[in-house]
Amino acid sequence: MPDRIADPWGTRTPHGPGTPWPVRVDSFLEGDLTEDDVDAWYRSASVLHSNGDAMDIAVKDGRIVGVRGRATDRINHGRLGPKDLYGWQANGSADRLTHPLVRDEHGELVRATWDEAMGRVVARSKELLDRPGGWGRHGFYTSGQLFLEEYYTLGIIGKAGIGTPHMDGNTRLCTATAAAAMKESFGVDAQPGSYTDVDHCDALALWGHNVAETQAVLWMRMLDRRRGPDPPRMLCVDPRSTAVAREADVHLAIRSGTNVACLNGILRELLARGLYDPGYVAAHTVGLDELRETVEPYDLPRVAGICDVPVADLEAAVELLGTCERLVSSVLQGFYQSNQATAAACQVNNLHLIRGMLGRPGAGLYQMNGQPTAQNTRESGADGDLPAMRNWDNPEHVQELADLWNVPVDRIPHWAAPTHAMQIFRYVEQGSIDLLWIQATNPAVSMPELPRIREILDRDGLFLVVQDLFLTETAAYADVVLPAATWGEKLGSFTCVDRTCHLSEKAVDPPGEARADLDILLDYARRMDFRDQDGAPLLKYDDPEGAFEAWKACTRGRPNEYVGMTYDRLREGGIQWPCNDEHPDGKERLYDDGVFATDPDYAETYGQDLQTGATVSAEAYRAADPGGRAFLRAAPYVPSAQVPTEERPLLLTTGRTVYQFHTRTKTGRAPQLQAAAPDAWVELSAHDADELGLHEGDRARITSGTGAVEAAVRISGIRPGMVFVPFHYGWWDAADGGRPTGAGRTANDLTVLNWDPVSKQPPFKVTAVRVEKVADGDGPSPAPSVGGSAAADPGSVPATVGGPDAEARERLGEG
Amino acid sequence: MHLAHYLTLLQTAERDLASALRAVAEAHHEEPAVQDTARLTAGWADEHAERLQAFVDRYAPLAPDAPEELHVDLFRGPRTGGLAYLRDLHDLVLQATTCDVSWTLVGQAAKGARDEELTAAVRACDGETGRTLAWLTTLLKTSATQALVVA
Repeated sequence: MPDRIADPWGTRTPHGPGTPWPVRVDSFLEGDLTEDDVDAWYRSASVLHSNGDAMDIAVKDGRIVGVRGRATDRINHGRLGPKDLYGWQANGSADRLTHPLVRDEHGELVRATWDEAMGRVVARSKELLDRPGGWGRHGFYTSGQLFLEEYYTLGIIGKAGIGTPHMDGNTRLCTATAAAAMKESFGVDAQPGSYTDVDHCDALALWGHNVAETQAVLWMRMLDRRRGPDPPRMLCVDPRSTAVAREADVHLAIRSGTNVACLNGILRELLARGLYDPGYVAAHTVGLDELRETVEPYDLPRVAGICDVPVADLEAAVELLGTCERLVSSVLQGFYQSNQATAAACQVNNLHLIRGMLGRPGAGLYQMNGQPTAQNTRESGADGDLPAMRNWDNPEHVQELADLWNVPVDRIPHWAAPTHAMQIFRYVEQGSIDLLWIQATNPAVSMPELPRIREILDRDGLFLVVQDLFLTETAAYADVVLPAATWGEKLGSFTCVDRTCHLSEKAVDPPGEARADLDILLDYARRMDFRDQDGAPLLKYDDPEGAFEAWKACTRGRPNEYVGMTYDRLREGGIQWPCNDEHPDGKERLYDDGVFATDPDYAETYGQDLQTGATVSAEAYRAADPGGRAFLRAAPYVPSAQVPTEERPLLLTTGRTVYQFHTRTKTGRAPQLQAAAPDAWVELSAHDADELGLHEGDRARITSGTGAVEAAVRISGIRPGMVFVPFHYGWWDAADGGRPTGAGRTANDLTVLNWDPVSKQPPFKVTAVRVEKVADGDGPSPAPSVGGSAAADPGSVPATVGGPDAEARERLGEG
Repeated sequence: MHLAHYLTLLQTAERDLASALRAVAEAHHEEPAVQDTARLTAGWADEHAERLQAFVDRYAPLAPDAPEELHVDLFRGPRTGGLAYLRDLHDLVLQATTCDVSWTLVGQAAKGARDEELTAAVRACDGETGRTLAWLTTLLKTSATQALVVA
């Protein structure tokens, strides 16, 4: 029985190009249970990463007892990643929130009834709304982990109930750049590719995407091609030696913050050497001359100097990208959370556009998501966008929403782009937002520059509502804590990068008095008595399926049409959008006809200046109507403000391990996952460790301009000059449960509150730091031996294993 | 020919813009929205001022005595208080606008002087000044509603 902690990716099922990906059904049931012991199976998909793996939840005696991958689903063909296999156990944790909490007159959080807790929220909300500009005193910071129906409901409450633009998701920290880059290039935030492109491609390029650890099942799909006949060649751009980097034929371990220089150089060579498709470019793009002009100064020797990689490696990358015939690219946090995020991600779009690598089998592009339901946050209007990819600056689009919701158009804020998360926190800091409602996310650990964020959450006069499963580090600051049901305890749907929507069924009741997030939002709307302009309730449904039907109506005529889906159809398996009369079973790839969503009446944006973020006016956009062609948008390389200095000579990057998700609210409560990665560490190259007199396991202090962290040293394959700290580790499970005074282990104590000018995503990957030795270690660091944290000398640390408790099942070839 | 005077006026305005951008970024260091892009656009303004020097030198010998005060101080240092950030952005918009208008005038003059080099410089620099102005206007519009109606 495979130990899927020791081997997160399981057994290979190699296959050749254009042949179906073989089925492998993975499952894990607690104790000695077998499938015969299971009372019932309920349909769902992964919520501890963004891949969207379809699975069934096993229930026995009213409890969740395990999971099994679904063989027939297009996403995973039965496979599950380690977080899917073991993470569900967190649902049953003894420390789940089972009743609301309110802060009493002594400042303590005490048990309350729902009536009391919601009464306090509504009283404060109404009091603020009665004041001038009361809408602007409300802020909502939601998640990438709720369900589609919940986001859409929240979006209506915010935009048409309260009328505030201050609503965003933690998707701002994870995939805002994916959205921004696709809008800039293609007109809307719609993923062009399909996961099946991996089955057809002859080249794979991973741009700052440690797919092996962030989307383990997609990596299995890639590895199965790599082990089969006619394998795709592979390029990896990443400063760390990840499993992806070690597998790749070409690894560009570039200096953090230099992605734009790297891509400008590659694009320059492809154009200069004629390694592009002039016919496709002429027919389907605009901006070639400007692109050429922008990339012209980036000859490979210059790029090699900026990025600090050999010219020969850049040459190899150009050759690989310029000669392949079916290229799959995937982009993630190494680009999105870095310097010039949107400009870098747009250059990957440009690569696919100039080579005509879109809209056919094997020619695919994933501007990846980091969270399971981030796609829905973005498309349903719970973030800095309007629902169904409508353009806030297009009065017709706003009118469509007003008609749909039957409210006056000026109730919907559209005088500027919706407020992004970082600015929402800034307004809280200034005291102009007085009610902040946080749902299913933990900014006290996940936001940049935490010393400042914690002061913001603690501000006198702020009324903080936190809706979550556990008393997180953030919930500890709350005035009202609302206990929420989670995956497996509520009904709803969500959509992954492949545009595939899955239904997630209610398998068991939530613990105690915990309620589905949708029910909490509907209750708030009812108590606030939000009405449409005819006096009817603003929200005209009271259950998930009603919300889904309302959402379908909202998507009519938009790129992400759900109109052909129903809950009954989704019970049969995942369906891609657009799903409509023309594509009743969904459409596998977008832009197969080379017509992009850039028509001024249809596009989600009129564009922004890639360097400054200035909005392009409707008049300017219409004057330059691209006629359905895509934009080749580019910018010169500009160094980050965070560059190494004498005082802080190293660059910090943060990220994940395959075993943990976000701030570990769930994975930290799944024993096998927590044991595999129990505590923070800091990765250094052998070269830098040597200079600093550090050895494996030694305690080191990392200091930036904003704070300090202490962690045990792992000497890994990271490039010299850089250090890595995982961002998962807060203090909810610290020995005394409190935040340590002085240097803790929380990576975001070090990062800087700042953002990309276009996507407004913070640059977690580029912080100048100093590293010093604190004490000798008494053994190896807690870093896993698997993935990016693997030791440079593998024999020097014990292998990460799960043991008997982590034995899962694999059934190969089952149809 | 008065072109040299306007070139000097523009050069001073670009220098003023650069220092005003840096002063506002520093005074409002708690506003991340303004930091990196102020640094970027201040760099552009510095380059413009430097690039203008050759043309100032070219046309200075052809100019009569300088007319009375052409230069106007549009930014007298960052403010403090509730509306300081908004008002300082407002000032930056005015400063960038005066640069933008001056580039237009110099561009017209360059054509009359049949100076292709100056025309090319105007095209390159005015584009960046226009982008600076567009950025500041975006920032001002995004900030105005909360500052004036809510805060």
